[in-house]
Amino acid sequence: MTAPENARRDRPWMFRTYSGHSSARASNELYRTNLSKGQTGLSVAFDLPTQTGYDSDHPLARGEVGKVGVPISHIDDMTALFKELPLEKMNTSMTINANAAWLLALYVATAERTGADPKKLQGTTQNDIVKEYLSRGTYIFPPEASLKLIGDIVAYTVDSIPRWNPTNICSYHLQEAGATPVQEIAYALATAISVLDQVRSRGDVPEAAIPRIVGRISFFLNSGIRFVEEICKVRAMAELWDEITLERYGVQDAKLRRFRYGVQVNSLGLTEAQPENNVIRIVLEALGVTLSKKARCRALQLPAWNEALGLPRPWDQQWSLRIQQILAFESDLLEHEDIFDGSRVVEEKTEELKREARRELDVVLEMGGTVAAIENAYMKQRLVESQTARARAIENGDITVVGVNAYTNAEPSPLMDGGQSILKVDESAEREQIERLVEFRSKRNRADVESAVQNLEDVLRNGGNVMPASIRAAHAGVTTGEWADVLRGLYGEFRAPTGVVATEGTGGSQATTDTRDRVHRLADTLGRPLKILVGKPGLDGHSNGAEQIAVKARDVGMEVVYDGIRLEPGEIAASARDEGVHLVGLSILSGSHSVLVIDVLDRLRELGLGNLPVVVGGIIPEEDADKLCQAGVRRVYTPKDFDLTRIMSDIVDVVEETSPAP
Amino acid sequence: MPEALNLADDRRADRRKEALELLDTLEREMPFPGAPRIGLTGAPGAGKSTLLDALVRELRPKGETLAIVAVDPSSRTTGGALLGDRVRVRSGASDPGVFIRSMAARDQLGGLAESAWAAVAILAAAFDRVFVETVGVGQSESDVAALVDTLVYVATPGTGDALQFMKAGILEYPDVFVVNKADLGAAATRTASELRSSVSLGDRGTSPSEAAVILTSASAGEGIDELVSAMDAHRQRLIDGDALRERRWRGREIQLLGALERRYGAFGIERLGGRRALRERVRKDDSVSAFALLARLGLEIEEALGKSR
Repeated sequence: MTAPENARRDRPWMFRTYSGHSSARASNELYRTNLSKGQTGLSVAFDLPTQTGYDSDHPLARGEVGKVGVPISHIDDMTALFKELPLEKMNTSMTINANAAWLLALYVATAERTGADPKKLQGTTQNDIVKEYLSRGTYIFPPEASLKLIGDIVAYTVDSIPRWNPTNICSYHLQEAGATPVQEIAYALATAISVLDQVRSRGDVPEAAIPRIVGRISFFLNSGIRFVEEICKVRAMAELWDEITLERYGVQDAKLRRFRYGVQVNSLGLTEAQPENNVIRIVLEALGVTLSKKARCRALQLPAWNEALGLPRPWDQQWSLRIQQILAFESDLLEHEDIFDGSRVVEEKTEELKREARRELDVVLEMGGTVAAIENAYMKQRLVESQTARARAIENGDITVVGVNAYTNAEPSPLMDGGQSILKVDESAEREQIERLVEFRSKRNRADVESAVQNLEDVLRNGGNVMPASIRAAHAGVTTGEWADVLRGLYGEFRAPTGVVATEGTGGSQATTDTRDRVHRLADTLGRPLKILVGKPGLDGHSNGAEQIAVKARDVGMEVVYDGIRLEPGEIAASARDEGVHLVGLSILSGSHSVLVIDVLDRLRELGLGNLPVVVGGIIPEEDADKLCQAGVRRVYTPKDFDLTRIMSDIVDVVEETSPAP
Repeated sequence: MPEALNLADDRRADRRKEALELLDTLEREMPFPGAPRIGLTGAPGAGKSTLLDALVRELRPKGETLAIVAVDPSSRTTGGALLGDRVRVRSGASDPGVFIRSMAARDQLGGLAESAWAAVAILAAAFDRVFVETVGVGQSESDVAALVDTLVYVATPGTGDALQFMKAGILEYPDVFVVNKADLGAAATRTASELRSSVSLGDRGTSPSEAAVILTSASAGEGIDELVSAMDAHRQRLIDGDALRERRWRGREIQLLGALERRYGAFGIERLGGRRALRERVRKDDSVSAFALLARLGLEIEEALGKSR
């Protein structure tokens, strides 16, 4: 079937796949393969040490190098990542935030080194710190300093890399953290406002440049399974953005007020059970951001069907790319004007979302904007509340998730291939990356490095723009860790509020009440209330799961010590000892569970706590789960264990099994 | 150390007996005045944890070992508790000279005062300084005041706090006021001056001039040395005026009566002649430690209750 000859088709959105792993070289090969299959833009995933400003050989990086993305410690890594890719013609999106300035500096330096003109570079640095504090967790510096760095990039790129999107305001991660559509809209717009207000107040940006800067602000959205509502959500955001940019920033040119956004569709709703169903979910979610021409995305990334199981293989990613190609090239999606214009239903829903989002936006603005609403934990608490409500609704069946809490009877999936249907990162990747790093360091000109580091520090101490000094440092061979250390020394490190404390539990279901009775009875046996520690070892900042567990444990009557993210195994073990807990629960989503969990077990043993029961939750393949259990872990929970009350009851079992009879 | 705290928290009869023996020994053998005990209270979000973090960074390099008891509220409906705040006290994470123990207030079920009391006694025997951090909501100040030598109240600038302090009647307990987040400028200065004037007007146990008001910026580490001086000065004045012994003694009285009341109720207290009579006995009886006295009075009440049945 072909389109009629005379049909005018819109240009399709950009097809991207969020990818990168193991090493710069391996990722470069992957990018070139993906482009040859019809992908039209790159989306670079960095590993967690890179995202949190550590070199691959830092103690905190252990087990994380090359896991969720590519490790980039210096300019040679960056050059290898883009080997034989024409930088002037590429459109590169980089998911990098706290140290976005540094990775952009490495990209610019790579361009300069390979003879490309930085002015012609196109792409996006995610560079949205607010959602890092709220959801994603790869922040480094305090909010005020972070906003200043974002402002630096905006001010620098507007003239030096005019086709760059300096910041991609993310509502994506807010939805992953449980945000309702109204919260998603309100908090994303509040974030954009704080960035623009920062830029406007800094003094080195002429007022005349503001409309152009507004025009470069882009957004990164999520699209969930309720795709009709998602269509209205995007329309509402576009209309609100148009109003805000006109009213607040006086942008007269309608083109510069256009709501430009990219999308990664929802991963939160992808299931481990009957994973083949995820393909259908992904298609529907893609429709949510492509159907309405007025609110169509500029770039789209689709997850793979097996993301809840582990890292997708090239074939899995190819399948998702084909979804985009079929939508854009086979269907008639791109041949029509906006098919929802004149729809009363869509209009009313859009209006309702706009109204409620305006109200929530005003709450945050009156508080003093996003920085204030992070420091006082307002937004974080609202998100934890929403997520808790969602988890309860799935547990009691108010939300249907096919294959999870309904229609669970299923044939074995032939796609599962005996548990081998995911990608394994070569364990030698970390060692090789460190070897390259050590060699790189030994070959640098030490005087150049020292003077570039000193220059960076001097510039920042005087309030100067971080970009030029960082580009110089990139050329001199400064590493990711060294760059971040300079800024850590100047700005300090930030610990975000966990947001879990203020949420108050309700009575809950019968199962909750029963579990609570068991917890209270267990206290008589133990002599004191059941006390557990919820810990997140390593650099993974996705704390939503740990927060939900902590809140639920409190709701069933446990005393819960939750230490927040980014802890070293030794800190967790020492904390378990000092706090006198009866059980330790670890949450890891970055795929580095094998190394980190074993590390925690070893440290506990060193402290004489070898008998303290440890349970683990995360995206953990069955094979790894077996290994962890052999190493002494009592239980492993994966996304298919959606029933939190049952997990709590199970934890009571574990403590009963392991505590000596009275 | 952690085992001793677990023991002191244990409600089983044999373990309780063991715990009381330990506490009794500690109280009798520890020299007076021992480690300073400092309370830190204030509304949620006032920056208590950040302030503690700054205090750790100020005091550790001087060689002082520090213990922190962080008390968070328990849920009234479920009895559970989220002890989440220690995340922001990071300076001591890998330092054996800093010990942090989080505790649930368990106010409905009984036990805060007693567990925290025992924890402070144990930690004071092993560390150079003990901090007790609690969320201040107007009620708990008197409880904490009874546990510590010096009570520090952390105020948030610009919230019209001064009037609320007076209304809540909590101005009488703190010995040092901190206005944190001094980087907020005018708002902080205004709150500080409001506090200064209300403190001098208020009806306080200690003489008005003694309550210091300090401006700090915990994140920038400013004013922290001044705060330490104010805390130390307050305690030194108590020692010089021979008032510290009296303060600890009053604290002991409050703790003892509270513990008995929580366990046996007003009815139990009546069996020994009521609050007033009991207070007299507690005040006069210095032949045994507080913990031994607690055990003895408990037994007496149980006997009396047994007879009345």
